[in-house]
Amino acid sequence: MMKGQEAAAGYATAGTLHGEPYVEDVVRAFVIATIFWGVAAFAVGVYIALQLAYPVLNLDLEWTTFGRLRPLHTSAAIFAFGGNALIGTSFYVVQRTCRVRLWGGSTPAWFVFWGYQFFIVLAALGYVLGITQSKEYAEPEWYADLWLALVWVVYFAIFLGTIVKRKEPHIYVANWFYLAFIITIAMLHIVNNIAMPVSLFGTKSYSAYAGVQDAMIQWWYGHNAVGFFLTAGFLGMMYYFIPKRAERPVYSYRLSIIHFWALIFIYIWAGPHHLHYTALPDWAQMLGMTFSVMLWMPSWGGMINGIMTLSGAWDKLRTDPGLRFSVTAVAFYGMSTFEGPVMSIRAVNGLSHYTDWTVGHVHSGALGWVAFITFGAIYFLVPALWKRREMYSTRLISWHFWISTLGIVLYITSMWVSGIMQGLMWRAYDSLGFLQYSFVETVAAMHPFYVVRALGGLLFLSGALIMVYNVWRTVRGKVEAAPVRAAPVAVGAAE
Amino acid sequence: MPTKVEKDQITGTRTTGHEWDGIKELDTPLPKWWLYVFYATIVWSLGVFILYPSLPTLSTYFPGITGYWSRAELAENLKAQQEIRAPFVKRIQAASLEEIRADPELFDFAVAGGRVIFAENCAACHGAGGAGAKGFPNLADDDWLWGGDLEAIRHTIAHGVRNANAESRNSAMPRFGADGILTPAQIADVAEYVLSLSGTAGDREAAERGAALFSENCASCHGEAGEGNVELGAPRLSDKIWLYGGDKASIVQTITYSRNGTMPAWSERLDEATIKMLTIYVHALGGGK
Repeated sequence: MMKGQEAAAGYATAGTLHGEPYVEDVVRAFVIATIFWGVAAFAVGVYIALQLAYPVLNLDLEWTTFGRLRPLHTSAAIFAFGGNALIGTSFYVVQRTCRVRLWGGSTPAWFVFWGYQFFIVLAALGYVLGITQSKEYAEPEWYADLWLALVWVVYFAIFLGTIVKRKEPHIYVANWFYLAFIITIAMLHIVNNIAMPVSLFGTKSYSAYAGVQDAMIQWWYGHNAVGFFLTAGFLGMMYYFIPKRAERPVYSYRLSIIHFWALIFIYIWAGPHHLHYTALPDWAQMLGMTFSVMLWMPSWGGMINGIMTLSGAWDKLRTDPGLRFSVTAVAFYGMSTFEGPVMSIRAVNGLSHYTDWTVGHVHSGALGWVAFITFGAIYFLVPALWKRREMYSTRLISWHFWISTLGIVLYITSMWVSGIMQGLMWRAYDSLGFLQYSFVETVAAMHPFYVVRALGGLLFLSGALIMVYNVWRTVRGKVEAAPVRAAPVAVGAAE
Repeated sequence: MPTKVEKDQITGTRTTGHEWDGIKELDTPLPKWWLYVFYATIVWSLGVFILYPSLPTLSTYFPGITGYWSRAELAENLKAQQEIRAPFVKRIQAASLEEIRADPELFDFAVAGGRVIFAENCAACHGAGGAGAKGFPNLADDDWLWGGDLEAIRHTIAHGVRNANAESRNSAMPRFGADGILTPAQIADVAEYVLSLSGTAGDREAAERGAALFSENCASCHGEAGEGNVELGAPRLSDKIWLYGGDKASIVQTITYSRNGTMPAWSERLDEATIKMLTIYVHALGGGK
């Protein structure tokens, strides 16, 4: 490697290699889009959290009711914020860990960027106008699905092409995870969305599946959207940015291989746990449950590798709040991936399903893991991509961290209490077998927790706005002359 | 990229010799506890496979040695519940409303069940405690639109108000203003008179002018002194209980456009014993006659 250019911008690798520059302008665009959609997703989330506490905020307008804004929030968070973060970082990481420019150069990458933003807008417009195929996390209708499939195939070609022409003998673990994410999402998206449009110019279509088969396909999709989009993809992100930022070698190569293959093999079976106690046959429910429990350690393999990579560099958590984001993300990841298998056990699920506990679980993953690992990557990438020595303000990163962490804690604790209370109230019977509580009494009991949850969301949003300001000041700041920084030295004196 | 195995100075572990963009990997073995817990979850799963239905075959599935079936479990639960309730339900079916009310055991059962049925079906309009809301009568007081004895309450629940059921409670107050029966000035006078019946009139002269109009247009249903008529569902106007608001503007609105609230006929959804229990519960809310 060309040592002199190793660390042109802080920890980042130089943007040129053998005179052929890495594609960086598209990655910059993805970083901006990630931040933009993140703030949008958090803001809509706060608004619909307030709608649940104060229904008057539905405004009596069809476009602003909870039912239409909720998919707007989930899609903005998962696909717009998370998706842009994943595609952007994967382009950044794959070039550097393969030591080649993106396959096809910047033009196909720009197509993926604008094509993906177009999909987001197309989907969002549909939600607000009431166009939906009523599949959770797969609400967009056929025309948007087809467009996304096309964009995704181009994305896949770029990523795979880059790996094929790599100048490294081995494929780095981050790229395994990114590739698993890209391939599996393509498969899930296409299979779940097979549908017959009613007419060529109409928005309505009918799914190829019906009844419990439809439910099973949908949750095979839905659960693996969690598994491959929100887990595998972001593990790819984790495997590059944590060792890079900590300047430490990855803890265990063997663990990364074993937990990768175990995760990939086991995750795909776990979907039926979304359909416990439904028309889905018992054998499928039990099978889904056992695979969910077996998923526990493969998930934790990523956590161990993420956290233990810091051994020898723990002191950096004190001075580097960006790294603190990444490591806290891994801790939340560990918590969610323990909570998930527990909730998948039928007896536990009988209490937790359809309650706020599920909502809290999703958000400890989405806010604690997905968003935090992304914030860590953003604080790494912004100085690297805009050629600044470091972020405008380290103090503001720290403020962002603490405010967001407090927000998450308020969010998930209020949803635990609310969800478990809700589940217990639903199943409370007297000695004659009569229900103790009416539905409306459970709703009234949850009100204070809804207010606390909205407050938690507001804190999380405030933290993100601090990040926006910090990024803005960093981008506008002076371009630093690239300081030559020594390569990571913790390994071997023979460097 | 040169591949060279090195020793990490901090952990003392060797690297794999790979390097990507400055990132190296240690050759740390799998943590033992991690591996054993992973094995334990696999063993646990194998146990589930043996005990419960979980493995598909080509045309059916292996039922497991327990033969567990969630539908059988549900049927058992329902049966157990029915066994507790059956003796009571049978007696409720056979007894009259008065008999149920007089029998402490049946009364307790009916109130316990009626509370749940009310919460699931009635609370959405009448409120969780039956206190009502604008347009939805308070069921916990002693003011009744269609009668507050047991049989009257049962009839109202079973057949509802102003719906397509053959025995539905029915009546229709005219739209005095919208249909041009009275002028706006006359309506204002009548409204003042109606307010005077409960001693809340602000304009005595207008109320006096309204008295004659009331006698001609309203008294046939609401009574000369506004005492109301449960046969016609005509509310008493001489108390301070108002279904649609007791301020002058609300009363003018009621006279001008009429209201004519509706309620479903619950006999089309609930069985007879359930309606009896509901009747006892509503009657016992505080205002039953």
